[in-house]
Amino acid sequence: MVRSFRDALSEALNAEVERDDKIMVLTADVARAVRIDNFLKKHEANYVSCGIAEANLIGVAAGLASVGLEPVIVGFSMFIAEKPFEQIRNIVAYPGFNVKIIATHGGLCVGQDGATHQALEDLAIMRLMPKMSVMTACDVPQTKGMIHEICRHTGPVYLRLGRDRALDIYEEEAAGTRIGGADLLRDGVDVVIIAAGLMVENAMAAANELKKHSINAAVINAYSIKPLCKELIEKYLKICGCAVTAEDHQIACGLGGAVCELAGEVCPVPIERVGVKDTFGESGDQNRLYEKYGLNSDSIVDAALKAYKRKKG
Amino acid sequence: MAVYSIKDLELKAKQIRRTVVDMIYNAKSGHLGGSLSMVDMLVALYYAKLNVDPDNPGWEDRDRFVLSKGHTAPAYYAVLADKGFFPKECLYNQYRRIDSILQGHPDCQKTPGVDMSAGSLGIGMSAACGMALGAKRLGKDFHTYAIVGDGEMNEGEIWEAAMFAAFHHLDNITVLIDKNNMQNDGLTNEVMDMGDVDAKWRSFGWQVYHVNGHDIAAILDALNKPNYGAPKAIVCDTLKGKGVSFMEMNIRFHGGCPTEQEYELAMKELG
Repeated sequence: MVRSFRDALSEALNAEVERDDKIMVLTADVARAVRIDNFLKKHEANYVSCGIAEANLIGVAAGLASVGLEPVIVGFSMFIAEKPFEQIRNIVAYPGFNVKIIATHGGLCVGQDGATHQALEDLAIMRLMPKMSVMTACDVPQTKGMIHEICRHTGPVYLRLGRDRALDIYEEEAAGTRIGGADLLRDGVDVVIIAAGLMVENAMAAANELKKHSINAAVINAYSIKPLCKELIEKYLKICGCAVTAEDHQIACGLGGAVCELAGEVCPVPIERVGVKDTFGESGDQNRLYEKYGLNSDSIVDAALKAYKRKKG
Repeated sequence: MAVYSIKDLELKAKQIRRTVVDMIYNAKSGHLGGSLSMVDMLVALYYAKLNVDPDNPGWEDRDRFVLSKGHTAPAYYAVLADKGFFPKECLYNQYRRIDSILQGHPDCQKTPGVDMSAGSLGIGMSAACGMALGAKRLGKDFHTYAIVGDGEMNEGEIWEAAMFAAFHHLDNITVLIDKNNMQNDGLTNEVMDMGDVDAKWRSFGWQVYHVNGHDIAAILDALNKPNYGAPKAIVCDTLKGKGVSFMEMNIRFHGGCPTEQEYELAMKELG
């Protein structure tokens, strides 16, 4: 089934607020755009409208957390992560306040709105902050499970979602959501594709395609960018001897960076990184953008063949 | 809470100023000018207004205080130590040192009595708004106070927060503005003139009072005045470096440390 990330938000937030009345949802004039209107109708007292003022919003969340409330910020990743980076660092991460940031519109998948709205660096900057956990979800079931999980965790968490539609990878009940976790979605021995977010779907398609090349690819959904699930990833770097990372993000400092750092420490093997390569995006249809910037399943197949060839020397 | 006369509070302010000069001279680093300018405001708050308990700094119903102009921590720490939140010797063997509870800028995870970390200008004011909104949501009647610098008002975030507080009817927040007319690079009207400060806050929907920031009775009077359902701003006219003649309105003492001779002269002036 293909469903929208955003349609999962109201349902998940309703459930969490009905469980825990201390949760406060904050937005910066994007409640309609992230489709939490339904949440607002039901739980107005748990909602804080902050206007188009993201820097203040982050400080307000810190203040709410300091008196024992549980703020959940919902916004576009460009404006709720990249714009108030310093506020998040100094008033959320540094004191370690229990603030959750759910960021929609992560990556080139934003599409037509173009480069100023396509956050390609958010995972990198969030991952750099001590105390911050960084998560991604690849579909609606995982989004719901992830919101359920992070709302029960004490401490700052950044959860990155896509803008719109995603194919269900998970069954409703079986979503991997653990902070520090990862899921082996497909076993294999020749190359491991380590993907996050929307690229998980493309990684699964690529693994199927690689069968035609007699390559048996493993696929890991590395949904916890930080902490990274080192055990599973290290295990498959060792089993497969080469890897591809795939993310709708710059190839530097995000998932690809994290996997390369780990590999450098525990298991140096050939790694090819699929993602945006030190450039900005542009307006366009998501599929065309993924094709042009090398984020589609064909790009993952090419990267896997290259990594495999490097392994074979 | 002990009841102090205005005379007692003035003596307390003088004693805090001595401690501030001592601390900064001892640490060889720190912001003297803006610490000295806000001492009377802090004394009015901590000795005659704030409902806090040094024996239970995490008490849920305490009034909250945010030093949004976090670089002037020495005066804040001197007051907290005098109130008994931590031993006074910390002021001399901890401030700005490694492994200490007294960081260069306030840290709510490290210092008993500090309700909110600050240091990056503008953010503290937003956090104070969050505390005030949180009190309303939790049905608690504690009040939130913040001190904001006049240089700090250059930050857009101050005005985002001002807008937010008025929109959310935060009549449980009071912001004191330390209007000492100087900032890092010089006079505020030469670096970034903020024009009519009272009018700016008023236009954002705040109840504004304007007092001599070195007149403790006047500060208390303004703190006790009605806010008519709006957030309250008290614009306090102060002198940067107040209390030491050669430090007053001298930009060198924004962040500069006194020499030995200057230190001795200052301590003599402060009796």
